[in-house]
Amino acid sequence: MDFLWLIPALPLTGFLVLALTAQRLSRPIVSLVGVGSVGGSAVMVAWAAVDFLRRMPGETSYTKKLWTWMDVGGLHLDMAFYIDTLTLVMMLVITGVGFFIHLYSTGYMAEDKDYARFFACMNLFVAAMLILVMAENLPLLYLGWEGVGLCSYLLIGFWYTDKANGYAARKAFVVTRVGDTAMAVGLFLLYNQLGTLQIQDTMSRAATVWPQGSATATLAALLLLGGAVGKSAQLPLQTWLPDAMAGPTPVSALIHAATMVTAGVYLIARTHVLFMLSPLAMTVTAVIGAATLLMAGFSALVQHDIKRVLAYSTISQLGYMFLALGVGAWSAAVFHLVTHAFFKALLFLCAGAVIHALGGEQDMFRMGGLKDRLPLTFWAFLTGASSLAALPLITAGFYSKDMIIWEAYASPLGGMGFWLVAMIGALVTSLYTFRMMWLTFAGPVKTPVHHPPGLSMTVPLVVLAVLSLLAGFMETPRTLGGIHAFSSLLHSCLPETVLDHGREAHEMLFEIIAAVTALGGIAWAWVLYRPKDGSTAESPASRLPKSLQRFWLGGWGFDGLYDRLFVRPYLALAHFDKNDVIDRVFSAIAQLGRSGHRVLSLTQNGQLRSYIWGIGLGAAAVVFMVVYL
Amino acid sequence: MIMAWLILIPVLSGIFAWSLELRFRGSARWTALVALAVGLGFTCYLAHQPFELVPSGGPYFMNLDIPWIASAGIHFHLAMDGLSLVLVLLTHFLGIVAVLSSWTEISEKAGFFYFNLLWVLAGIIGVFLSMDLFLFYFFWEMMLIPMFFLISVYGHENRIYASVKFFLFTQISGLFMLLAILGLYFVHGKQTGQYTFNYFDLMGTPMTGTMGILFMLGFLTAFAVKLPAVPFHTWLPDAHTEAPTAGSIILAGLLLKTGAYGMIRFVIPLFPEASAAAAPAVMALSVVGIIYGALLALSQTDFKRLVAYTSVSHMGFVMLGIFAWNTLALQGAVVQMICHGLSTGALFFLAGILKDRLHTRDLGQMGGLWATAPRLAGMTLFFALASLGLPGLGNFIAEFTILMGVFQVNKIIAATASLGLVGAAVYSLWIIQAAFHGPLKVKKTFADLSFRETAALTLMLVGLVYLGLNPGPVFRMAQPSLDHLTRIVSITNPGLPNPAKPFSFNTSTPHPSENPGGTGHAIR
Repeated sequence: MDFLWLIPALPLTGFLVLALTAQRLSRPIVSLVGVGSVGGSAVMVAWAAVDFLRRMPGETSYTKKLWTWMDVGGLHLDMAFYIDTLTLVMMLVITGVGFFIHLYSTGYMAEDKDYARFFACMNLFVAAMLILVMAENLPLLYLGWEGVGLCSYLLIGFWYTDKANGYAARKAFVVTRVGDTAMAVGLFLLYNQLGTLQIQDTMSRAATVWPQGSATATLAALLLLGGAVGKSAQLPLQTWLPDAMAGPTPVSALIHAATMVTAGVYLIARTHVLFMLSPLAMTVTAVIGAATLLMAGFSALVQHDIKRVLAYSTISQLGYMFLALGVGAWSAAVFHLVTHAFFKALLFLCAGAVIHALGGEQDMFRMGGLKDRLPLTFWAFLTGASSLAALPLITAGFYSKDMIIWEAYASPLGGMGFWLVAMIGALVTSLYTFRMMWLTFAGPVKTPVHHPPGLSMTVPLVVLAVLSLLAGFMETPRTLGGIHAFSSLLHSCLPETVLDHGREAHEMLFEIIAAVTALGGIAWAWVLYRPKDGSTAESPASRLPKSLQRFWLGGWGFDGLYDRLFVRPYLALAHFDKNDVIDRVFSAIAQLGRSGHRVLSLTQNGQLRSYIWGIGLGAAAVVFMVVYL
Repeated sequence: MIMAWLILIPVLSGIFAWSLELRFRGSARWTALVALAVGLGFTCYLAHQPFELVPSGGPYFMNLDIPWIASAGIHFHLAMDGLSLVLVLLTHFLGIVAVLSSWTEISEKAGFFYFNLLWVLAGIIGVFLSMDLFLFYFFWEMMLIPMFFLISVYGHENRIYASVKFFLFTQISGLFMLLAILGLYFVHGKQTGQYTFNYFDLMGTPMTGTMGILFMLGFLTAFAVKLPAVPFHTWLPDAHTEAPTAGSIILAGLLLKTGAYGMIRFVIPLFPEASAAAAPAVMALSVVGIIYGALLALSQTDFKRLVAYTSVSHMGFVMLGIFAWNTLALQGAVVQMICHGLSTGALFFLAGILKDRLHTRDLGQMGGLWATAPRLAGMTLFFALASLGLPGLGNFIAEFTILMGVFQVNKIIAATASLGLVGAAVYSLWIIQAAFHGPLKVKKTFADLSFRETAALTLMLVGLVYLGLNPGPVFRMAQPSLDHLTRIVSITNPGLPNPAKPFSFNTSTPHPSENPGGTGHAIR
């Protein structure tokens, strides 16, 4: 596995080639470099995976040091990669899904004048994301972490002439950087307490140094959680993701659905030893996840923009993963991460195909009737939507989400409350998903189709659709065959979730409830949003109070709150002090000197009489001082 | 002798450049370039094989001590250790960049311009090498006058105001230092009977607490003004904004570093107790500077003024690291000095390039320039990212190690200073938005970066990437000096935290460069 460094190096080289040649390469060559580098990387990941699995279970991890990064004052950090099954799963998703999204982009971005810049940024992203998951130490992980943030910034603001896009890009970077800064402080704390930042050492030392429930462990876990919350758009740092949809749709699919936003989930899974030391941090994670999945689910329910529905849906599904992490359902979280990467990337790519076909239209209320116009996109979208809505038995989303919902109840850290929230979330999910489905593909045609998607766009759709169905069979519940291929693979690096025995007996019942809920949500959506004769499907939403709709539409008022609380005061303070009050002090000193000069120069008036007065008074004063003082 | 040549080359070539320019127009820039290239060559040679030159213990591998005014104990005493070497290297490098940046910008009175440029650099090199406080003060003043001329003769609209302000701030604060130097000289002379300005002799001078505080404040004032630390920073935005491009590069890249260097070399080693007493206050002030600079940078509409305020923020990290006084933080401060020199120097270069093309520095009049000049935009993006501390670039290494080191000393201060990272993201991305994103405001097209500009900027870019991925060489060069200084201070003042072993847990002992038994006195 000595070729490991090539896996991120290949897309990095792709970036360098595309960035340095600027716009001079022809489009086919740009496509070749851009797609080929990620494809090559994907092949090598597959190779590495096969090689790794052949060595299992003897070796459960593999470390490859490239060079010493820093060795200063007791801090030793290597440029080194660490591979275990968790890393491999992430690498497979990043390069696999990444390759198909790159392929899709050759069609989607074909007419953009900044074609090369697009692929340069996408390649850089893949490289940074690979470094993030392959990092052997936390600062290297942080390097990838901020690297993907940079690419996210560059790609959200890809169409930079629109000021709103620039604002969305900066918002994404700055909001996630707030989380990143918390994470950085977490690293300082870990180093201060444990004397290392090498991930595996940190974890083993944490487990020996800190007792269960230690306050320092809690603080460190919460600081890392801050970083995870920012990157994965969870409460309270979720506000940037809906705006991030300003980027081209393949970017939303790759960065803001399948990979980057799952980095927070990865971080917590990677440092699960630390989190397990702190029941408080676990609970906070679960509560954040639960609150986020509900909040974002309801917001998705009232959106008009198809990409914003998917954005809120992503926040919500990430909420499920955080909930799973918080109750110790490690494998379930990662399993949902994988299936979500497939079906959400698929949904975004389908949405992109629709937007592309309709010449840039994103409002679902101006779509409709696309079932017959874009049949392949329709079937692919239906597959993705079914998976998102957890259509029982045949979709991947069913198996992964049900695993989370079940373990949120059955895990010793879980309980009825979490289960209930997850169930409400599941109902809302299938409701908003099929609302989107009917609005977009059913009913009368409202906008004519301009460009049907070409082969480069449809192939990725088919592949991801197949994966959105089949990926579920890697892991099925005890009651449905009990295949544990995925979790047993992960158990070499993530602990098994021990379920509460008393609750385990009800598994079948809970699954039936979950299945019925998902189907019920779809049926409800059909009742509410199915195309009715003549009228559009707007009516059902208007049954809700207008103010509530607006509240949900705007993401529960967080933007306004932060704007008032942080953005405006900061800007006001900056502009108030634009000319630097401190300088006034020095200006005043200078002014004093100048006025002194002016006053004293008045005395030099050329009148002999006043000079004599001056001499006389001065002499008198001196005599006075000599005599009396 | 090679050290004396490092100073003499720019001094002599400055005179030569001026006189030659009178005969042959356009020759001065070539003279300056060649002189600095030769100096860089010398320094690289030294950097390549420093430790073979060690005459005796201690971190100093070169020493030159010639009596100057022997009766008053004044010597022409230069010595070089890794710390000085790194900074001299930076001086030559940025000197070359400064010459390249003025290549076409300065056409009138070019001879006098390059004369001043070279003399500033000579003064800076002298500051980094002097081990005699009188000589140090001499070079300290020598930096000032040519810089004054660079701003007042070659600057922009408001240059007289800015140059006088710069002069007054540095001159007055320098006088405080002179008083402190003289005070130290007499105290030491009275106690030991030996009247000397020798840095190594003056170290460890016994004095009362108040006297130590006063002398320390005298030095600190001069260095804090130069750094600049809030609240003494207000000369900097004006000086930067009005200076010609080369002036800004030298100011930001080098002059500010002399302040930081002075703190490492003089303030703490000469007055360890007083420094330890003042450290919490100074660190708090640094944090104020980090955040205040970041805040004010955002509201600036003048490109150069914005970058000037970012310097206040970044140099706050340096002062913070120095006063945390442990290996991690000090090493971070050294790397930050270099990386800030490169990244901010480059940003001033780019601001100058934009000004040259657009005849304005007002960000409000730019916008959408990415389409017009993609290479210029990409370069600016890169250095803005360096400035916001993107991991993988040198500035990240610096700020990360500084904060990590400070965290060992004071957790609250470190956590608060980390907020500067958010502020840095806000202002750095604002530069990109204001100048290069958004709708195109300037309709006229202009040339993208020329070959000369691209080459100079690429060198700085490569430097930052290299330091970001492999900062080891700088760490290794500075390590013996910093070890030595921290050891002296922890010996004379056991109250300060011992930097070598911050944790009981640590199993690795990465101090191969310790020179047992070596003290500064050995090389006298």
